[in-house]
Amino acid sequence: MLEIRDLHVSVGGQAVLKGVNLCVQPGETFILFGPNGSGKTTLLMTIMGVSGYQITQGQIIFKGQDITHAPMYERARLGIGMSFQRPPTIKGLPTGKLVQLCARERPIDLDAMAQKLNFNTFLERDVNAGFSGGEIKRSELLQLMAQSPDLLLFDEPESGVDLENMALVGHTVHDLLAGKSQVLSQSLREQGRNRKTCGLIITHTGYILQYINAHRGQVMYHGKLCCEANPHEILKHIQEHGYRECLRCLDCAPAKEVLA
Amino acid sequence: MSVDLSHYSFDAQAETDHVQNLTLLPTMDQVRMVEAGIDVHDQQVSGAFMQLNNSAVHCNSKVPGIELLSIHAALKKYDGLPQHFWKLLNPDEDEVSRLAKEKLNGGYFVRVKKGAKIKEPFQSCIFIKGHKAGQSIHNIVIVEEDAEVHILNGCASAKEQDDVLHLGLTEYYVEKGGKLTFTMVHNWGEKVTVRPRSVGTVAAQGEFQSNYILLHPVGDLKMYPTLKLEGAGAVARFNSVIVAPNGSNLDCGNKILLNAPTTRGEVIARVLTTGGKVISRGLIAANAKPVKGHLECKGLILGGGIIHTIPELYSQEEGVELSHEAAVGKIAQEEIEYLMARGLDEDEAASTIVRGFLNVDIMGLPQALRESMDEQIATLNAHSAL
Repeated sequence: MLEIRDLHVSVGGQAVLKGVNLCVQPGETFILFGPNGSGKTTLLMTIMGVSGYQITQGQIIFKGQDITHAPMYERARLGIGMSFQRPPTIKGLPTGKLVQLCARERPIDLDAMAQKLNFNTFLERDVNAGFSGGEIKRSELLQLMAQSPDLLLFDEPESGVDLENMALVGHTVHDLLAGKSQVLSQSLREQGRNRKTCGLIITHTGYILQYINAHRGQVMYHGKLCCEANPHEILKHIQEHGYRECLRCLDCAPAKEVLA
Repeated sequence: MSVDLSHYSFDAQAETDHVQNLTLLPTMDQVRMVEAGIDVHDQQVSGAFMQLNNSAVHCNSKVPGIELLSIHAALKKYDGLPQHFWKLLNPDEDEVSRLAKEKLNGGYFVRVKKGAKIKEPFQSCIFIKGHKAGQSIHNIVIVEEDAEVHILNGCASAKEQDDVLHLGLTEYYVEKGGKLTFTMVHNWGEKVTVRPRSVGTVAAQGEFQSNYILLHPVGDLKMYPTLKLEGAGAVARFNSVIVAPNGSNLDCGNKILLNAPTTRGEVIARVLTTGGKVISRGLIAANAKPVKGHLECKGLILGGGIIHTIPELYSQEEGVELSHEAAVGKIAQEEIEYLMARGLDEDEAASTIVRGFLNVDIMGLPQALRESMDEQIATLNAHSAL
């Protein structure tokens, strides 16, 4: 589904990603760990095609197409959907209207979808205007439900979300990854397509792992991926040892051996 | 920009002195009126007035709570309207006012009777037709104690290419506890000169909401309507949505004088230029305390044009709360990209953001008018704005 080959990315002239290789299979959920500033967000932004993330080397292949230099909307229409951590406010655009735009020509039951996220009272409000952290997350999820992507990019689903809403966010992410969006009138072909939904998720706390079936994980450190393993094991290791070990392992050992 | 008043003829009368129904007017004229927000079918309105050049051709009040007369009839009936005619405006103020007094050719008198809450809006259409035609009207609007009304005022010229002059004077009186919403939509052309002069006064606990929408080119428009809040608790709000395509020259603003304790005023303007020149003014003056006022002007330049914002605050009292914010910019790349990440291409994203910027939802317009404005804003996006 997604293949990243030797990706090098600079932000503001500074190299952030220094040769990232990653493969996410259809239906697979991949978890990215790593300390602040290691390049996780840069990787997600680059896959989405946000400006300011300059690819200096490497390739991004999605569904067999080279999207390394494709405009954002083409990536979105091809099936990449991203939850932004700090999305901009858009004055005069009601959230409900944006959700309709996300669905493009597909019919959706906006109220039912909003109901699921307990977000109905926000549909008339301008996009992200004065939203709290948890409200932003629910707004992003609602848009993604309408967009029904095949690859879900999610930067820290837990940040700014209280415990009660964490369950709501967690279950919604689970459903999105399971291909259970609220889009009505899905043809069998579309349903089949949704079953192949895959995810690339950044987490620091690991709370999201309680709600989703995470298949694989890897640690990003200094712009490189290392330590591929079961995400739960990685989390446990980080909780016990921090990221010190990653530095050591990057310096001296092939990634997989450390956690094996 | 000064106006050569001798350039225009103020003698032009309408071809007809009475129009029973606006749908009987030429279709092209009706189109121009509809663009100015007029419901030509006169349905869902509490009354309607139409001024065609210098003749009041349609004067029809459907509800007992509204007294509607042409200005000439009102002056006759009320002995020259000594309490209201030229009481807020001064004929010696400037050349335009002097000429307006000298050439008075029409206008309306609307009185909403004490306690009357008029549900349907009242509409007035000011129409000007013919090359070098001059129009000079004077309106009086009185909202008596605890009365409520929404007046829709659509002004249009018959052809975009007509060289015409519109002088429109209005004096508003909102009495104690009265509530007036006054929505003005302009639809002129590149050779049209427009000089409105408007002053209103609001008594204790009264409310005045003024909405102004301009989506089409106008050669030379200069206006600075003023509201004076004279009684405790009075509130005034100005909302303007202005689009200035190439060929537009606008100097417009809103003024609120907070002359009594606990009055509040707000001026909000959204200005989009796609090649036109706009001076966007605003003044809130505090002459009493405690009072509150906020002034906001947001400008967006797309593909050329000039925006000059002049927000002013004045206070001669300690302890007032006045603020202003003005910003001129472009569409934020971050917003464009956010929408592109949802599958909108760059043009769709930009149009969506511009539509949001020109949002008229806060004006509380009747549904038909809001839809008509939304539709026009959507076409702007497709053609001129982007």
